Amino acid sequence: MRRAEELVLDGNALAGALSQIFVSDVTTARVTCAACADIGSLGAARLYRAAGEVLRCSRCNAVLLRLTTAPDRIYLELTGMRCVELVRPQTSVVE
Amino acid sequence: MERATLLGRLAQPARLDWRAARVVAARQETPRVRTLVLEVPDWPGHSAGQHLDLRLTAEDGYQAQRSFSIASAPGEPHIEVTVERLSDGEVSPYLTDVIEEGDLLDVRGPIGGYFVWNPQPSRPLALIGGGCGIAPLMCMLRHRASVAADAPSAVPPARLLYSARSADERIYRAELDGLAESDKDLRINYTFTRSPPVGWSGYRRRLDREMLEEVFWPTAAEPIFYVCGPTLMVETGATLLAELGYPPTDILTERFGPTGESGP
Repeated sequence: MRRAEELVLDGNALAGALSQIFVSDVTTARVTCAACADIGSLGAARLYRAAGEVLRCSRCNAVLLRLTTAPDRIYLELTGMRCVELVRPQTSVVE
Repeated sequence: MERATLLGRLAQPARLDWRAARVVAARQETPRVRTLVLEVPDWPGHSAGQHLDLRLTAEDGYQAQRSFSIASAPGEPHIEVTVERLSDGEVSPYLTDVIEEGDLLDVRGPIGGYFVWNPQPSRPLALIGGGCGIAPLMCMLRHRASVAADAPSAVPPARLLYSARSADERIYRAELDGLAESDKDLRINYTFTRSPPVGWSGYRRRLDREMLEEVFWPTAAEPIFYVCGPTLMVETGATLLAELGYPPTDILTERFGPTGESGP
């Protein structure tokens, strides 16, 4: 068995799943932890994977996000983030 | 203008879709590690450091997907991913031992803008890799070599610190040796954490402060660090670099959990 700590990934590994929901790249999103107010890139937060995905603050370890993917729907809980700052996608008029 | 026409003319940001990719070649890198060369129709191109998701579908419809860093340089005709076999893995043994030339699998990508390197001549490139975590760093070194071939002044100097358990477990060994020999601005240091070769005079321990100070530039040189490997190595490396005074925003990390089984 591996130690649980060795199974920790990071928010980069969530990018594919979250691209089904968010139009912008989420790994560069700046998120504010609701528990400790630390601000960091989502890509650098710690990801714990079990039946669902749990993203935790890399400073205080509070839960930032929970994502569960079922065959026909997605459950996304974001209460652990006070603010999410996303870069707007490039929407330009094509002439 | 009619509403539908206007909407049609607003360029929609591309959603990531699954594409059917074909394995066109496979290379054994070490006994446990294999590189798959993929032909991905209409690949939109990637930046150095991005990853992709691979999805396998069983005959009964069961699907499993994992994230892999892209190891091939941007602009290459094929996409390469390097996979390490985990004995208790669900996906990696299939990719390292079973899948062969001509087989199809689904690819979604490129993904991620966080762990990405774009050459800035004034910012030295500092790479720290552990095990299979070398893959996205190899993409950066390949990209750097390809840009430098046309415009040597467009790329910064680079240094790589590569931690492997033994000399035989080094991935891309011959290519790294070749890159270092042909480029005086690239320096590669190895540390062997389990069984260093007989007579090895280099590092034979896990990352520590002294090693980082010896291998990399002082803070005044303003290097950008990319640290990729097992979680414990990445966290140790990032913490030590911050203690040495490098700005946290210049230390980018990617954790590789158990390699090859990362990703949703």
